[in-house]
Amino acid sequence: MIEWVGAIVQGTLLGGLYALFAAGLSLIFGVMRLVNIAHGDLIVLAAYLGLSTTLMLGVHPFVALIVVMPLMAAIGYALQRGVLNRTLGPDILPPLLVTFGLSVILQNALLEGFTADPQKLNGGAIETASLAVGGLAVGVLPLLTFAIAVAVIAGLQWVFYATALGRGFRAVSDNQDIAQIMGLNKAHVFGLAMALALAVTAIAGILLGMRTSFDPAIGGGRLIFGFEAVIIGGLGNLWGTLAGGVILGVAQTLGAKIDPGYQVLAGHIAFLVVLAVRPNGLFPRVEH
Amino acid sequence: MPEVLSLNALDARYGDFQALFGVDMTLAEGEVIAIIGANGAGKTTMLRSISGLLKNKPGQIVYRGRPIGGLRADVVAHLGIALVPEGRQLFPSLSVEENLLLGGKVGRPGPWSLEKVYDLFPILKERRRQASTSLSGGQQQMVAIGRALMANPDLVMFDEISLGLAPVVIKSIYDALPGIVGEGMTAMIVEQDILKALSVSSRVYCLQEGRVSLEARTEDVTHDQITQAYFGVVA
Ligand SMILES: Nc1ncnc2c1ncn2[C@@H]1O[C@H](COP(=O)(O)OP(=O)(O)OP(=O)(O)O)[C@@H](O)[C@H]1O
Ligand SMILES: [Mg+2]
Repeated sequence: MIEWVGAIVQGTLLGGLYALFAAGLSLIFGVMRLVNIAHGDLIVLAAYLGLSTTLMLGVHPFVALIVVMPLMAAIGYALQRGVLNRTLGPDILPPLLVTFGLSVILQNALLEGFTADPQKLNGGAIETASLAVGGLAVGVLPLLTFAIAVAVIAGLQWVFYATALGRGFRAVSDNQDIAQIMGLNKAHVFGLAMALALAVTAIAGILLGMRTSFDPAIGGGRLIFGFEAVIIGGLGNLWGTLAGGVILGVAQTLGAKIDPGYQVLAGHIAFLVVLAVRPNGLFPRVEH
Repeated sequence: MPEVLSLNALDARYGDFQALFGVDMTLAEGEVIAIIGANGAGKTTMLRSISGLLKNKPGQIVYRGRPIGGLRADVVAHLGIALVPEGRQLFPSLSVEENLLLGGKVGRPGPWSLEKVYDLFPILKERRRQASTSLSGGQQQMVAIGRALMANPDLVMFDEISLGLAPVVIKSIYDALPGIVGEGMTAMIVEQDILKALSVSSRVYCLQEGRVSLEARTEDVTHDQITQAYFGVVA
């Protein structure tokens, strides 16, 4: 019995990581209706940037975030202004094709730069530390990951609903032309949205890299998990995305409890079940 | 009076379809002009061109001596041109107050502020936290007007502000106009309700199938002239 409770707790905490994978995806889709196929590879890129930073500066991966977050944000802004803005329009195919191409390019570049050998970020003692909670040993790193996910989602929520920047995001999302005649340059607003999304991706990449080993090919899987969390939670709702991540994480750990080979499959099944019962996800944004 | 805006042989196209043909127009400082014309005449297209939502050759639209026909809409907004768009087009994800604040995004100095807009339309202050879509049509139009004023524009263009509103609401909005234009703004009023448009303007242009069919001083214009210009037939 306690083992099952343990699996649910672990799955919930894992859901925090998935929510971090998903948050950037959700934000970008919400603001500019762009489905970023390269999102998973950008998470992996962040993990490698974290690796390089920790090795070069000899710092803890969390400290590396001071470098990796602004770097990813800058990459996001440049990518959006330089490439992705040109693909946006009434046709939804060009952004899909271009981000798919970007995904291939990123994987190959990482392969060139870092080889296919699995790498890991060294988080030190925190990786193995655990807390005893009512007979359960709860890992400190997963707990911290979950807390960070909650903080990030709360932060994004605050940016979206309580700042001028978020007002601009919502306005451009509602009506690009009218936002533009109110003096918002949508190319810049989209750039800022991608910068914010990739700053979050930096956090996701560092936490991923401390939790498991990574190589240039794992981006696709992270994209799927993020995507599933977004859809389960309902598009356009960040707290829903966290709930989606948790549901996915719990389904995976319960699946793995039955048979380690069932982990990923159980997550996909949970995703399909939610999609069949609630095609708009569990907590879709209420349209006015 | 110095010239604020001039259109010089302005053409506009949607793909292969040409909506405006060589439109010439001038607007002097502090002047209010009315633009009338049947459905599909090209009035909205003209305002979209001036706003920068449709691209033109630079010299086709000149604002205070500066060719602006090729500028992006957000750049045009910063120069002081505001549009109250046809059909209001509020941001549904934004509250009433957020819609107004977004209008103030360009940050031009001037008389208009949240306070002043609330003084002009007190009901909006009561409703400021509500979703903009929860308001009545007339209240939404007030938000659309307030949002444009928040930019402190020196040229404001109104596209069919009375469309779909009850007569008493239209009256209250038109009653507010002198207070708006009295602040030294230059205005262009597109309106289906010809009498309303003439009552607040000093000159009138009529568009017909993308061309200017009449330009006259409001006090001189006759009923027959308007009918002719509007429908292209002699009544
Ligand atoms: N987005 C568009 N794509 C193609 N054609 C358009 C588009 N918008 C307008 N048109 C055409 O351009 C012409 C002028 O339209 P416009 O909206 O400027 O007229 P209007 O004078 O504002 O009419 P209304 O009084 O109905 O608002 C019409 O023939 C219309 O069908
Ligand atoms: Mg129109």
